Amino acid sequence: MTTKEVTIQTEPFVVNIGPAHPSTHGVFRMRTTLDGEVIVNMEPIFGYLHRGIEKLAEERTYGGCIPLTDRLDYLASMSNNMAYCLAVEKLAGIPVPLRAEYIRVIMAELQRIASHLIAVGAFLNDCGAFMTPIVYMIREREKILDLFDMVCGQRLTYNYMRVGGVSQDLPAEFIPALRKFLKEMPGWINEYDRLLKQNEILLARAKGVGILPRELAINISASGPVLRASGVEWDLRRADPYSIYDRFEFDIPTGSAGDCYDRYRVRVEEMRQSLRILEQALKGLPEGEVRSEVPHLIRPPVGEAYGHIEAPRGELGFYLVSDGSIAPYRFHVRAPTLINLTALNDMMKGWKVADLILIFGSIDICLAEVDR
Amino acid sequence: MTVALSGSKIAKQLGKKFPGAVIKAGADSLLLKGESLLAVAEYLKTTPDLDFDFLNYITAVDYYDYFEVVYQFTSLKHNHGLVLKVRCYDRENPTLPSVVSLWRGADLQEREIYDLLGISFEGHPNLRRIVLWEGFDGHPLRKDFL
Amino acid sequence: MEIEEVYSRQQIDEAEGRQINELIARSQEPIPDPDDWLDEELKRNVLLTSVDAVLDWARRTSLWPVFCFPACCAFEFMTTAASRFDISRFGMEIVRASPRQADLMITAGTLTWKMAPQVKRIYDQMAEPKWVIAMGACAISGGIFRSSYSVVPGYNRIIPVDVYLPGCPPRPEALLYAIRMIHKKIASRSLIQEGK
Repeated sequence: MTTKEVTIQTEPFVVNIGPAHPSTHGVFRMRTTLDGEVIVNMEPIFGYLHRGIEKLAEERTYGGCIPLTDRLDYLASMSNNMAYCLAVEKLAGIPVPLRAEYIRVIMAELQRIASHLIAVGAFLNDCGAFMTPIVYMIREREKILDLFDMVCGQRLTYNYMRVGGVSQDLPAEFIPALRKFLKEMPGWINEYDRLLKQNEILLARAKGVGILPRELAINISASGPVLRASGVEWDLRRADPYSIYDRFEFDIPTGSAGDCYDRYRVRVEEMRQSLRILEQALKGLPEGEVRSEVPHLIRPPVGEAYGHIEAPRGELGFYLVSDGSIAPYRFHVRAPTLINLTALNDMMKGWKVADLILIFGSIDICLAEVDR
Repeated sequence: MTVALSGSKIAKQLGKKFPGAVIKAGADSLLLKGESLLAVAEYLKTTPDLDFDFLNYITAVDYYDYFEVVYQFTSLKHNHGLVLKVRCYDRENPTLPSVVSLWRGADLQEREIYDLLGISFEGHPNLRRIVLWEGFDGHPLRKDFL
Repeated sequence: MEIEEVYSRQQIDEAEGRQINELIARSQEPIPDPDDWLDEELKRNVLLTSVDAVLDWARRTSLWPVFCFPACCAFEFMTTAASRFDISRFGMEIVRASPRQADLMITAGTLTWKMAPQVKRIYDQMAEPKWVIAMGACAISGGIFRSSYSVVPGYNRIIPVDVYLPGCPPRPEALLYAIRMIHKKIASRSLIQEGK
């Protein structure tokens, strides 16, 4: 008896994974061409949260733009504030007192931990561990948000930093609370590692999935954990130190394969390094004033400046052009998440729909920054 | 520390290879002619000493007489950076060559400049509106918008 | 792989753009608020009181929100749903992705004109009875982005809103207070009004 080989004629079709979807981190739309379950092509469409921040900033004063920068990457508001204040201080040549620099570093590193907690939690949520990791991580994040609440009264969009320093000094109960947090947090990160690092399901789903090769990562100007997981050791805090980062000792975790698992590991290790920087900053915190004498309406001289920092999601930069008046002439945000998205199509070709959600979650984007 | 290369030094090197390409060389930036952008960019990327393999950003500013497009490059190996500028004097239909073939990171940024300012880039594979919808009237970031 | 495209990408984009422009032209005035429930002299029919009470109790103690989280307020909603400010004690921890199974829309984030047709579609797909909480300054009036060229000045241009919750972003305690107000609104409905 002969056996006949039966092949099924398949046709690819286009599926719209639409803007309102529980697994896209925000309003992001992907037009995917699927052949069965395998992805053949993916076209990202965004702009559903484009609020015109760059145009709105041209009608606000330099100090008044700080609340606008808060709402860019709303999970890392302190970093956005810091990058913008750095750019204005570079443009206008305003010095920052030492105590303000230390406070800025403490806030930025706490913010990095809070942002990575959500990034890792949402990634594990996409992996299939339905709500447990993200609820655990939000519990740790609440402790950090309590610290921020103590300092500036807000939980999500702080508007804490000012041009020339920070807006107010730390209250008396902040430093004991921070010490308590620093004592407990390493224990929590170790607990997550114990549960997740060698977890079979996580390894099977994330190892080898969505590889971003080293050359492609440099070519698309990726930055942040996405670039470091592909094997490039490039961290702006080490390569182009801003503020007082050259006084602190910390390592730069890098991955080797550039897959989703490496991006997850890089973020967890960065949380540990941030705790190290926090301990050193707390030890060296000097007395002094927290804001230098700056006029109420800043009029920088005619010119331009680009100030960039290592935000939790990559290289966040602000390009400001001034024409001598009280409002910026041009305010451009170098959004790390927009640029990290460029190679999404290449990372996803050949994988299945379930992996699409995972790969998308591992590059950790924040739509408000992509669309501005 | 990323060393910001001085425009005048690079201008001398470029002047030998591409005569007439450099219009103005300042301490912090380099102003080029629009047509020679692609050739100069390729030279900057492939020369072993310069090695600019990382494109930081592309942005554009609307000064009322002209549009100025700013590029910043960094070399990860040598840790130095450079700022390039190109001007576009046409107000109705400004065009510039696209650098997508050299740095793929320019892809989405050039689309955004086309969307918000109206500057077209020749050689871009997919030049369409990205953050605003098709049928939106005008280019918002221009100074004469509404 | 060659696929036969019935409509090209350009045509799809243009059709969506036309849809958005038509929605802008239709939404120049805000939709009036359904606030008859604040009227103190509401008389209730004695015969139907106990049925009303049971129905209202069932509806308000298991409101299921629908997924509509554009921007920053979404994270205050997520922390409200987490273990510190538990939203599960109100029966609301199941956020349904399908709008047909939900009855509360908490609009957490700025609405842009590009997203507006999709939000209207989600609202239309929800089954009656349904309620809307406008969460945050951007949802009430456009917030800090009101003068922008692409932001809808408040969700009440395209859908009717029941409870407005100010804040930028509102604290989780404020969101729980807004949910309490929705409960009070549901408790004051009666079957006779349903026909409206």
